[in-house]
Amino acid sequence: MFPFNFEWAWDVGHAIFFGGFWYAISIMGAGMAYCILKAALDTMNDN
Amino acid sequence: MDSALIPEGAKRCSFPKFAIGIVIVGAVLLWGVFAMGLIWWKGLNQTNMNDYYGFALWIWADLAVIAVGGGAFFTGLLRYIFNIDELKNIINFAVIIGFICYSSALLILAIDIGQPLRGWFIFWHANVHSMLTEVAFCLSAYFAVLTIEFIPNILENRQANKVPFFRHLAHNMHGIMAVFAATGAFLSFFHQGSLGGVAGVLFGRPFAYREGLLIWPWTFFLFTWSAAAFGPCFTLLITKITETITGKKLVKDNVVNLLAKISGWMITIYIIAKIIDTIYWATVTAPSLGFNISHFYTNNGFYGYWILITEILVCGLVPGIILIMKSTRENPTLRLIAFILGVIGICLNRWVMVLQVMAVPVMSFDTWALYFPSWQEIATTILPVAYGIILISVTYRYLPVFPQEAELNAVEPAAETE
Repeated sequence: MFPFNFEWAWDVGHAIFFGGFWYAISIMGAGMAYCILKAALDTMNDN
Repeated sequence: MDSALIPEGAKRCSFPKFAIGIVIVGAVLLWGVFAMGLIWWKGLNQTNMNDYYGFALWIWADLAVIAVGGGAFFTGLLRYIFNIDELKNIINFAVIIGFICYSSALLILAIDIGQPLRGWFIFWHANVHSMLTEVAFCLSAYFAVLTIEFIPNILENRQANKVPFFRHLAHNMHGIMAVFAATGAFLSFFHQGSLGGVAGVLFGRPFAYREGLLIWPWTFFLFTWSAAAFGPCFTLLITKITETITGKKLVKDNVVNLLAKISGWMITIYIIAKIIDTIYWATVTAPSLGFNISHFYTNNGFYGYWILITEILVCGLVPGIILIMKSTRENPTLRLIAFILGVIGICLNRWVMVLQVMAVPVMSFDTWALYFPSWQEIATTILPVAYGIILISVTYRYLPVFPQEAELNAVEPAAETE
């Protein structure tokens, strides 16, 4: 009910659901981090 | 007035004319926002939903926009994973349409849950046995993918692109777009499928219930395939509408015909599977649960056999055949008819799988339960349409959405912008 009560359980259902979800989020996060850092480096190299 | 923002080599209408159009559509949008405010303020008693119709107009609209928005993930898959280079000329627009569809779906859900302040519960207190949880996870994550796919197009705006960091960021994002497209395809496969799965697992609703493979009813696979099949039809239909309104050719015919051909084959394969599924359900599944097919299509004022014939034959088989045959596909009028029929067909399928499922009597003492939405439900369903028109207008005006536009509509340098 409350934000500090995260309903996590070590079972297959949670592992699959949250595993897939965080897998996708991680790929997006890593991809964007790579693009932003590379863009910053490329910009610095321009100067 | 805003000519500095308009893509180079592109001709657009005057700013006052554009602003008047936005104001007119904006009035419709405000009507929807007012209805949305009423629902959030006063609650779901503003709707005509009841114990029969916990899923109603909004869920149909949700499923329909997600299905037609499937053009984004499927076109992205074809462009970035299967390397079909011609589709680079329509992928920006497919992504924008997908972005509109998915943001609309999330908005509709935010209205439908009644308590939007508790929207985050589905992530925090997830019911991992529910297909709708999978839908919520994948839908939110895929919307993030669409946002990422949309960003480079925004950064290519004439002024934004002058900022070196933005230019490099757009370039780098294009470089690894295949990774995002693959993630989008993965997420779409599951949420499109699970929306179908929700109907297919309802063993208490014999109209929807299907057998299947392992935990997935056949509707899981039919929904995924149909979104990939009919989604490009919607992308091409909106492209045609945009071309008609702007009075310009924006995408070359070879690109349109290629995507239409792929869509045609996907539709044809889907409709064969759908016919087999329907026959098996009508002759085996439903009778095993004690129902004849006539039970689902008679004794009521609306749901007759016409809806089955319209969905499968008129709006499924016909567009499929038109789009796979070269002579009919390359006829602009027939091709447009196929796109329109296809979009109606997929929306009708989602209607049937949401609303007819609820309408059919299940218990011996039940009667057909027909439903008509309240004006608040109608207004909030039209709201995303107005939002979509505004977003397409703004992006078309200020972003280089169509790479072939300049080539297809060469303008005199003096009259480059109005």
